[in-house]
Amino acid sequence: MTQPLLQMTNVHKAFGPKKILQGLDIDVAPGKSLVIIGGSGTGKSVSLKCALGLMKPDEGEILFDGEKLNKKKAREAMLARTGMLFQGGALFDSLPIWQNVSFKLLGKSGTSKSDAKDHAIETLKKVRLGSEVADLYPAELSGGMQKRVGLARAIATRPDLIFFDEPTTGLDPITADAINDLIVEQVKGLGAASVSITHDMPSARKIGDEIAMLYEGKIIWRGPADTVDDSGNEYVDQFVHGRADGPIQPAM
Amino acid sequence: MADTIPVVFRPFQWVGAAVLGLLGEAGRLATFITRVKLAALTPWVFFGETLKQCIRIGYFSLPVVGLTAIFTGAALALNIFVGGSRFNAEQFVPNIVVLGITRELGPVLAALMLAGRVSAGIAAEVGTMKVTEQIDALHTLSTSPFQYLYAPRFWAAVLTLPILVLIADIIGVYGGYLVATGTLDFNGNLYIKNTMDYVTGGDVIGGLIKAAVFGGVVALMGCYHGQNCQGGASGVGRAATLAVVSSAVLIFFSNFLMTTLFTRIGL
Repeated sequence: MTQPLLQMTNVHKAFGPKKILQGLDIDVAPGKSLVIIGGSGTGKSVSLKCALGLMKPDEGEILFDGEKLNKKKAREAMLARTGMLFQGGALFDSLPIWQNVSFKLLGKSGTSKSDAKDHAIETLKKVRLGSEVADLYPAELSGGMQKRVGLARAIATRPDLIFFDEPTTGLDPITADAINDLIVEQVKGLGAASVSITHDMPSARKIGDEIAMLYEGKIIWRGPADTVDDSGNEYVDQFVHGRADGPIQPAM
Repeated sequence: MADTIPVVFRPFQWVGAAVLGLLGEAGRLATFITRVKLAALTPWVFFGETLKQCIRIGYFSLPVVGLTAIFTGAALALNIFVGGSRFNAEQFVPNIVVLGITRELGPVLAALMLAGRVSAGIAAEVGTMKVTEQIDALHTLSTSPFQYLYAPRFWAAVLTLPILVLIADIIGVYGGYLVATGTLDFNGNLYIKNTMDYVTGGDVIGGLIKAAVFGGVVALMGCYHGQNCQGGASGVGRAATLAVVSSAVLIFFSNFLMTTLFTRIGL
């Protein structure tokens, strides 16, 4: 059996008395795409932040490529092989687009500015953005374009694992579908593994090899993406069909 | 459990919670300051960012600091003239203006202007980066915000505020000179001679040391409150307000401590 690239075992996280993750178990194999679905406030973003080291879990174990992520060095090694697309893009608004895309290259590896800019323009082409956007600033781009720049930044260093946080939130259906296509194309092109969190079912179906449903801090169902519509799980059914009636109470 | 505590003991509980909260905040601030200083002392990767901040914090603060200094010097000369005339000591206007400006008003007022202009700006910028996940993005791009964001701002404020204060000293004295020669019938050459004869290197250096410390305070408070910003626009606004208020209070407090120290060592 292939060793998972990312493995989270029995992860717990609470904020005061509020328990968010209550024994989360997920793993993703190299080259595979896992989509975590779930309602608002179920801990999707927290699980991603724990995996990335942005939050420290209260309990549990996180491994990347078989290595425990409890030391700074292991965490840095993981981040060097990881990309992330944030929900709002999280582009640095004081930097032009090309510097956003090549930020990792400019920071550490001693790459010259002109090489970094060339690399950024090449990467922007992969997400269907022309060189004319390279010198613009994030505020000058539309939401869809910002997502594409965020995707370009995530893939710029050819990572082995890419995280996607609500990649299509706030986009119209056509732009969202275009972003989904780009994600599939780029992730498969790189041969990278990916972990995405979303509550957008068309997006989940399109970009996931597998889908897992997070509810009350635990994975309650996991299976191939094409079986999500007949999972036989009443929680998954309610979520997938977007019904207010069912075992899941609306977050209001 | 709060509900089980008798009402009569509640005030003790509130006091205890307030003390614990204060100690917790002090601990978090001390940890933050230590981390910024460690980042500032590590070999410098983000030299360009530091240079950019020097221009933003130092160069763009020149007009506001210069205007503050000239009006303060001018008002100081008038006040000293009025006060001095009560016991025939009007001739000490240049001496007291230069002493007041270099030792106290130059550094303190320049730092307060920076607290308003720079500390609030840093807190709003860092706070916005926090709420829009840009700081999380820095982490995922293997970049420490302490090295990329906070250390450059810290160095820029520590290095540029003394320069600003030196300029403010000159402009402040010039403000006093303009009023003294223009409306108080002082002889210009004599005013300058008295100023130069009276001021010592220690007066100026003491003010510049204060300025460097105030610069650190301004940058650290801006970064600290920005980093702890929570919520959306209101959180950013609160961070900016807290940065200005805490900078101002710490400027006055550290000014008192340094003045006490300088007085004891004869600076």
